[in-house]
Amino acid sequence: MNRREAVARLIGGREDILVVTGLGSPTYDVAAAGEKPNHFYLWGAMGGAAMVGLGLALAQPKKPVVVVTGDGEQLMGLGGFATVGTAAPKNLHIVVLDNELYGETGNQATHTGQGTDLAAVAMACGVGTACVVQDLDGIDAIALDAESGPSVTVLKVAQGDDDRVLPNRDGPSLARDFRRHVTGQAVD
Amino acid sequence: MAWQDDVWAVLKAQEIRQVAYVPDAGHSLLIRKAHADPAVAATVLTTEEEGVALCAGAWLGGDRSVLLMQSSGVGNCINMLSMIETLKIPFLTLVTMRGDYAEFNPWQVPMGKATETVLSAMGLLVRAVERPEDAADLVDSAARLAFHSHQGVAVLLRQRLIGRKDF
Repeated sequence: MNRREAVARLIGGREDILVVTGLGSPTYDVAAAGEKPNHFYLWGAMGGAAMVGLGLALAQPKKPVVVVTGDGEQLMGLGGFATVGTAAPKNLHIVVLDNELYGETGNQATHTGQGTDLAAVAMACGVGTACVVQDLDGIDAIALDAESGPSVTVLKVAQGDDDRVLPNRDGPSLARDFRRHVTGQAVD
Repeated sequence: MAWQDDVWAVLKAQEIRQVAYVPDAGHSLLIRKAHADPAVAATVLTTEEEGVALCAGAWLGGDRSVLLMQSSGVGNCINMLSMIETLKIPFLTLVTMRGDYAEFNPWQVPMGKATETVLSAMGLLVRAVERPEDAADLVDSAARLAFHSHQGVAVLLRQRLIGRKDF
């Protein structure tokens, strides 16, 4: 499964959801699907994407929040699955694009190709819905809603370099514009 | 424990909607209050850096929040604190100190000594409460500094304020 096609199928046309990306390729993948006001791009803070999503989901319980991150990023924040499982927000969905590589640093192997099953970890942490999806058709079954979460979906994506699509990386404007989109208010 | 009631009243007056924490005895009253308050989402963390990211997400979603942690947890937060300066968003944390007063456990001392340096190095403003009568005012002023002036602010709750931990 090609990661760009997977992300486009997952979030394409969904302006009702709030998307938080994990640094590196997932940020580029989401930007490639279109730079939109309902996207918040992380360029750093490795291990923090799911937790940004959790804080956002708790603040906006009626809006589906989708974290799109990578296997390396999520491995650095593995404890976050326990925190999400305990907080149990119904509107939080974590999607891990798993190519079993640290792509940004030269394609070194991560743990997920060597025994670590992120979906099983999430399930063991009390995340109610956790599964592995192997093909594009499986993406349509992922419910990105405000009722059935929290969920963790591991998308097994092909290895291989896609062109980097670089969204805005100016932090203050990203935060201000995204918050304004979410709340409908100017920053106070 | 009157000063802790005062601090909770300040957090409520400042419209804090999310409380993230790694437990500490010195924060126990605030943690209980947060869980008991239906207007507050209280989130227990596995490590303090989760709380930095969670507080950033809360702000992006329109909520004010606070991270409660012990000084030993400050070291766990270092890289995640990049978010606060990079995004120029408010961030408030209350840090109970170990290793700065009558400390029995030598393992607490290195991080206790480094706490203020680490927070300052990552761009946070640091205030410290030594006396119970100062707690409410210093937390209130820190919250205003954070949420109105978009700063990262840490309030250290000194070990002398919290009390010695006897073994």
